[in-house]
Amino acid sequence: MEKRVKFKGWLLPALLIAPQVVISAVFFFYPAGQAIWQSLFIPDPFGLSMQYVGLGNFEFLLSDRFYRASFVTTAIFSILVTLCSMIPALFLAVIADRLIKGSGVYRTLLIWPYAVAPAVAGVLWLFMFNTRVGVVSWYLGQLGYDWNHVLNGGEAMGLVVVASAWGRISYNFLFFFAALQAVPKSVIEAAAIDGAHFWKRFWTIVLPLLSPTTFFLLVVNIVYSFFETFGVIHTITAGGPQQTTTILVYKVYSDGFVSQDLGSSSAQSVILLIVVGLLTVLQFKFIEKRVHY
Amino acid sequence: MARQVHGMVEKRGSGLWLTHVFMILGVLVIFFPIWLAFVASTVTQADIIRPPMPVWPGDQLWTNYKNALFSGINVPVGTMLLNSLVMAIGIAVGKIIISLLSAFAIVYFKFPGRNLFFWLIFLTLMLPVEVRIVPTYEVVAGFGMLNSYSGLIFPLIASATATFLFRQFFLTIPDELAEAARVDGARPMRFFWDIVVPMSRTNIAALFVILFIYGWNQYLWPLLITTDPEMNTIVMGIKQMFPSGDDFAHWPTIMATSILAMIPPVIVVVGMQRLFIRGLVDSEK
Repeated sequence: MEKRVKFKGWLLPALLIAPQVVISAVFFFYPAGQAIWQSLFIPDPFGLSMQYVGLGNFEFLLSDRFYRASFVTTAIFSILVTLCSMIPALFLAVIADRLIKGSGVYRTLLIWPYAVAPAVAGVLWLFMFNTRVGVVSWYLGQLGYDWNHVLNGGEAMGLVVVASAWGRISYNFLFFFAALQAVPKSVIEAAAIDGAHFWKRFWTIVLPLLSPTTFFLLVVNIVYSFFETFGVIHTITAGGPQQTTTILVYKVYSDGFVSQDLGSSSAQSVILLIVVGLLTVLQFKFIEKRVHY
Repeated sequence: MARQVHGMVEKRGSGLWLTHVFMILGVLVIFFPIWLAFVASTVTQADIIRPPMPVWPGDQLWTNYKNALFSGINVPVGTMLLNSLVMAIGIAVGKIIISLLSAFAIVYFKFPGRNLFFWLIFLTLMLPVEVRIVPTYEVVAGFGMLNSYSGLIFPLIASATATFLFRQFFLTIPDELAEAARVDGARPMRFFWDIVVPMSRTNIAALFVILFIYGWNQYLWPLLITTDPEMNTIVMGIKQMFPSGDDFAHWPTIMATSILAMIPPVIVVVGMQRLFIRGLVDSEK
């Protein structure tokens, strides 16, 4: 789409876009270029010179047991976060949609956790499951279950998944609820007259109509669990125990800033860049489709 | 008949009652972590380190919050709140200004390199700050912007989501308005101030809500560049309040800080709910 009416001149538009161009160049394109450039080098141990290694960093990474493990961890983590945040949200949205009155009140109450930063959510969940003072871990202890996410990798994963999914339930609820409200009531009523009971209507009519929203949320939640859950991981487990919760973004941070391994960290950034690129393409492809829909 | 069908689709009677029970249960489960944090912020450390902690608030609310706000652990939480506020508002306002200007240029002017520019900003959509942290850190350090507000703000406004949003919106402004402005001999900037900006009010407000939350909730970036506790933001500062050794964390202060860290974004989200939902849906399109 284009405007028919355009103003003339080039100096004014150049000035108008200048702030964005400068900021993007300095804080975006230059660093992104640096990440790609640095991924081709290995600094010597004293940081005095760089040795060109071509794709050596990538070869090393892809054969590195820990890096491959981090890929698997990220995949498991993001699938779990996506499921744990979408299923309860859909459930709540479906029952809220059946209410004629009061759904607005519930919506107001349910959007709260969205405003809570992932890092703060991490602290809240850490507090509940803290091995010494946590309420939930204490009651689990009374039931004979010895909760210790500091030592047990599976429990650590469970905890970071729940803490990351918690705030996202609000987000997904808002989108599902809006989509459900947009489902034409006449279709549902027609099915009801034909004798389709609630669950049958849900599976055969409502869920298919929700599929654009569901697909959109799938992509968005995967992107979220890849990139925005750093705060949760850092506050609760710091990637441990034994790297069982080290997702890719956490590894870029820990290799780059904690271990100062710049070559490897940059190569990891480049790999992540490709992953984000693919996810973005997927998202845009889908959105284009939805416009026609 | 219509009423009967209505009854089949929307729940009444016992079914309605059950629906409310489910909703209330859902809300309670979701609220539970916040409730516990609030309770912990109103009791003494002694109440917490002998589990199980109480489930109802104690009488230490004033003491704990006063202690957190004015003394804190490394730095008064009041200072961290101020830093977060400056950062969140800086990001929201900065991003809105630069994107309004560049979207206006893209939509209303024909200039060489316009398409190239459009694709360049498109690229910035794809790369969250988390991915380019090491080189961005080096750039900011090179400018001497570590431990400064500009270092907190600028790298996070270098993304074009808002530009896209405004571009989409400007395209829906009727051409007749620009035509009339041109016939009247109005300069482009006059048209911008008198027509485009006022018409974008709602979009600007909705975007402000989203960007404020985004800025307030940042964690990784402030963690890297604010090594001086005086510059810590509240969201990243909470983790810094935990002792490094085996000591007990001072939970009442930490939980009071967590509650304080939630209040501003919760007020924004709940208070501007309509704008927030609109902004959320728009910015994801």
